[in-house]
Amino acid sequence: MLRYLFRRLALTIPVLLGVATLVFALIHLIPGDPAQAMLGETAAEQDVQALRERLGLDRPLLEQYGRFLQGAVRGDLGVSLRTSEPVSQAILTRLPATLELAAAAMLVAIGVAIPLGIVAAVGRGTAVDRIATTLSLTGISIPNFWLGPLLAIVFAVELGWLPVSGRGTLAHLVLPAISLGAALAAILARMTRASLLEELREPYVQAARARGASRTRAVLRHAFRNSLIPVVTLIGLQFGAVLTGAVITETIFAWPGIGRLLIQSIGFRDYPLVQGCILFIAVTYVGMNLLTDLMYGVLDPRIRYE
Amino acid sequence: MSRVGAAIVLAAVLAALAGPLLAPFDPASQELALRLEGPNGVHWFGLDELGRDIFARVLAGARISLLVGLVVVGVSASVGTALGSIAGYFGGRIDEAISRAIDILLAFPGLLLAIALVAVLGPSLTNVVLALSLIGWVGYARLVRGQVLRTRELEFVQAARALGATTPRILLRHVIPTTLPAVTVQATLGMGGAILAEAALSFLGLGVQPPTPSWGTMLNYGRGHLLDAPHLTIFPGLAIAILVLGFNFLGDGLRDALDPATRGRKD
Repeated sequence: MLRYLFRRLALTIPVLLGVATLVFALIHLIPGDPAQAMLGETAAEQDVQALRERLGLDRPLLEQYGRFLQGAVRGDLGVSLRTSEPVSQAILTRLPATLELAAAAMLVAIGVAIPLGIVAAVGRGTAVDRIATTLSLTGISIPNFWLGPLLAIVFAVELGWLPVSGRGTLAHLVLPAISLGAALAAILARMTRASLLEELREPYVQAARARGASRTRAVLRHAFRNSLIPVVTLIGLQFGAVLTGAVITETIFAWPGIGRLLIQSIGFRDYPLVQGCILFIAVTYVGMNLLTDLMYGVLDPRIRYE
Repeated sequence: MSRVGAAIVLAAVLAALAGPLLAPFDPASQELALRLEGPNGVHWFGLDELGRDIFARVLAGARISLLVGLVVVGVSASVGTALGSIAGYFGGRIDEAISRAIDILLAFPGLLLAIALVAVLGPSLTNVVLALSLIGWVGYARLVRGQVLRTRELEFVQAARALGATTPRILLRHVIPTTLPAVTVQATLGMGGAILAEAALSFLGLGVQPPTPSWGTMLNYGRGHLLDAPHLTIFPGLAIAILVLGFNFLGDGLRDALDPATRGRKD
């Protein structure tokens, strides 16, 4: 297991370096002078020059790259142009809100998807299966930037049951979590159904039935447990989709997380903050994928020896 | 379900092509006195914040969505198939370089890199297409590479090689055609993905800019009128959901039809 862990970690390092390089390159993709673009066309030349010096844009490219990498390793991502707050501080302040939303969305998704997937697999080919399959395909197709406002119209505006935006109480969390979790629920339900169907065909399930285990016991105690391996992996891999979805959901519901911070900083052309948010989300995603792979290695020993 | 999907996609294509004939109003013409008016017998989907007919704008938006989908999928599938087959066929350092680039781009979750690229390049339809194509080719390349790794060892490819066929001929005539069914399925599902991504970027204000009618942009403006004019949100969103559902149904159906393992099976 230790060898597998080191091999997997060694594979992650060049990916992280590539991610950091791409994020560094972003600021140099700005058409024209990045400092001028950040301050606007009407900015005075001395202000532009001062910003160039402050961001180190007047230094040779390799030196800028070296400094960026050193800073990223130390967690120093520069300071926000608008507020002068350190970028890492701004991100950490908003991290709990994003984590809270992502966790709630995943809970919603798992709570809906697993029972739906089991019911569809057990009743394969029946009306229940067709309804579950159609529901999950519909869930994948409905964009969260439409579902969010729709939920707000019904449950906040028309019925007045839930607040339309903001963060604070559990009630504030309900609509954003459903809006963000719906697509993940749809994907997970499809995977649970497919995975459980594969397991139900295995001889050990039939053997359990032959030994007198009830249908429910054969499904839940035997087949379902084994079918969870790909489902757990998918949950880990979908974390990235949840993080990206959070950018949109946080914008819709004025949820004060990292996604909203990213969109706001794009609006203000606060590029150090944009770079910081993108780097943080990407590194978190790589970390989650690594964890998922390691967990997969623990759950299925065959993976470790490949 | 694939028939339902095909019907939806066909209807959207017809609506996009015949939009100006079908729409009773010009999507750009304004009736400020009637702004935010709800659906009625004249304006079926109501009017927006500038008094423009939403039905006409939804039809015009279909053009943008399908255009973005076609260009992004076309570029991504072509580049991805070319790079994936080169990586899979030649192996070695070329494969290493292409595979590392794929790993790095896959390290960014979904839309994030597109958001980042459009943020620095500036919001426009061209930049949306560019950003989505830059990240879109990766999925095709990974898929094709895997297929080519298996195909290059098959007898008919070795026979072509033994008969003296040139490498480009082997790739174009023998290897790449075997990947096309899988690429077709991926491209069909990718159309839905590209349409959703464009709408998401436009919704965030990073995509198609007004006054060009885009479903995502319309939803973005509808957000400010959730309380007084929910129809601004309902109709463009419904259009996105139905069209993406159509492509997903079609892609699923194609996958089942082309995959021998699932062909004829109900699951």
